[in-house]
Amino acid sequence: MDLESLTNTSGEWLRANGPESDIVISCRVRLARNLAQFPFPNKASDSVLDEIETCLHDTISKSTIGKPLSYFKVNDLDELDRQFLVERQLISREHSQGLGSRSVSVSEEENISLMVNEEDHLRIQVLHSGFALKDCWNEIDQLDDAIEEHVTYAFSEKFGYLTSCPTNVGTGIRVSVMLHLPALVITKEIQKVFQALQKINLAVRGLYGEGSQAMGDFYQISNQSTLGESEEKIINNIEEVVPRIIEYERRARVALLEENKQNLHDQISRAYGILQNAQTISSEETMHLLSSVRMGINLGLIDDLKIPTVNELFIHTQPAHLQKIQKEKLDTGERNTSRAAYLRKRLNNGTDHSQN
Amino acid sequence: MKKCTRCDNKPATLHITDIQDGVVEALHLCQSCAEEYFESAEQAPNIEEPVAFADKLPEIPDIEVDSEHANLICPNCGISFAEFRSKGRLGCPHDYISFEEELLPLLENIHGGTQHVGKYPKRAPDASRKQFELIRLRNELNLAVEDEDYEEAARLRDTIKNISQNAGEDEQVSETET
Ligand SMILES: [Zn+2]
Ligand SMILES: [Zn+2]
Repeated sequence: MDLESLTNTSGEWLRANGPESDIVISCRVRLARNLAQFPFPNKASDSVLDEIETCLHDTISKSTIGKPLSYFKVNDLDELDRQFLVERQLISREHSQGLGSRSVSVSEEENISLMVNEEDHLRIQVLHSGFALKDCWNEIDQLDDAIEEHVTYAFSEKFGYLTSCPTNVGTGIRVSVMLHLPALVITKEIQKVFQALQKINLAVRGLYGEGSQAMGDFYQISNQSTLGESEEKIINNIEEVVPRIIEYERRARVALLEENKQNLHDQISRAYGILQNAQTISSEETMHLLSSVRMGINLGLIDDLKIPTVNELFIHTQPAHLQKIQKEKLDTGERNTSRAAYLRKRLNNGTDHSQN
Repeated sequence: MKKCTRCDNKPATLHITDIQDGVVEALHLCQSCAEEYFESAEQAPNIEEPVAFADKLPEIPDIEVDSEHANLICPNCGISFAEFRSKGRLGCPHDYISFEEELLPLLENIHGGTQHVGKYPKRAPDASRKQFELIRLRNELNLAVEDEDYEEAARLRDTIKNISQNAGEDEQVSETET
C-alpha cells in the first residue's frame, strides 16, 4: 500500500455497509498498551524511543494478525502525508505531531491501525462501518492477544493495564461511535441527548472536537472511564444507548418531513445544487452541505447519489487529501477552488457508480 | 463530578475540546453554559483541521498538591509528582506504585472505580521487578550520557543487555514448563 494510491479509495468503514449506517457512520475500539520494561514515550530518550519502535515493529511483524499490514515510519513522512493519515483516521493528531521514532501499521481495508510511540507505546485501533461494536471488540481482543504472546505488557492486579495518562488506565479501552444527527440539530433536541448521556457517564463531542452544527452534524459518543468496569460492560453501556439515539433521530426526521416537507426538500436540493456548481467552497461549508445531502438521500429526497460516495467526499475534500489528489501544495484559497472542482467532478457524472 | 469550567457552579455535563486558531482548550460545561457555547459556536471562524476521532478524554481534575507530595520522585524514571501534574503524563509504569497514594483520589475522581475489572494479560507480569530495574538503568544510562560519563554508560549498557537477555531466557523456560 502506498499513500498515493489511497487517494482513489476509501477505508471499509466509509462504505456504509454496516448495521444502521444511515445514522451510524462508524464505530471504533482502541486499546492503550505499554511494554513493562520501558519508560512511557514522554519520558523516553530518542534512543529508547528507537528501541521501543524496533521492538514493537518486530513483534507486530511476527504476530498472527491474519491480515497483511502496511508499515509507515511516521517521523520520516512529510507534514502533508502525516496530515493525510490523520484525515484518514489512521493516526491521531497527537501521533502526527509527536517527536522521535514512531510508526503506524495499517491493514489494507484500513480497519486496523497499530500506532507505536503515540502517548503510549502501543495504541491498537479497530474501525468498522455502522454500528458493529462487538465485531470491533472481538477483532481487537484477538489482536491484543496475538501481540501479547511476544511481549510483556505493563500491568498491575490493582490498576490493570498501566498507561501514560491515568485517564486511560485499567482496561485502556476507548469505545467510540460516530453518529450523524442532522434532524436532532435542526429540531434543537440534541441538548437532550447530551443530558441523557451525561447521566450514564458517556462523553459526546463533535467531529472536529467541538460540537458546533456548522461542522456537519456529526457526534462522537465514547466512554469516559476505563477503570472499574470490564470491557464488555463498557461496550454494553454504549450498545444500549445508541439505538435509543438512532430512534430519536429517526423520529425527528419524520417530524421534520411531516411539518414541512417542501421546505426541507428545498433546503436539501439547494445544498446539493451548491455542491454541484460552486466554483470555490470552504471545508466548513462543504461539511455542512454534505450533511444536508446525506440526510436527503436517507429520506429519499435525493435519488441519484449514494451514501458511500457522500461519506467518501467528507474525507476526500479535506485539505491534505485535496493536495494529494492535486499532487501539489495549495494555500487556503487554492484549496477552496480545487475542492469545488473536485466536488463538481464527483457529483455531476450522471449516475453514481460507486460500490454498494 | 467535575464542576463547570465557565460558571464554576453547576456540574459539568458536556466535555469538549475547543480548537480556535490552533489553540486547544478543554471545556467542561454545565447544561446552561453548554447552550450558550453552541449559540456562539455557530459563528465560529472556519478552521481547516482534519476530521478526526477525538481521543483526548477527561482531563485530569485539579486537586491541590502539597509540597511534600509534589517533591516525590519515582526512583525508576526520575519523574516528580509535580512534573506529572504539570504535564498530565506519567513517566513509567512504576509510577503507579511510586505515587499510588497520590494517584488514588485522582483515579477515583476520573473513573469512579480504583480496582481493575476486565481483561488480564495471559502471561503474568511476574518479571515486573526486573522490568522496573530495566527502566531505572535506562534512566541512569541517559544521565550518564548527558554527563558524558562514557565509562559508566558502557557499564550500564552491559548490565541492561545482561538483564534483558536473562529476562528472555526466563520467559522461554516458563513457556516450556506450561
Ligand atoms: Zn456552567
Ligand atoms: Zn517512573
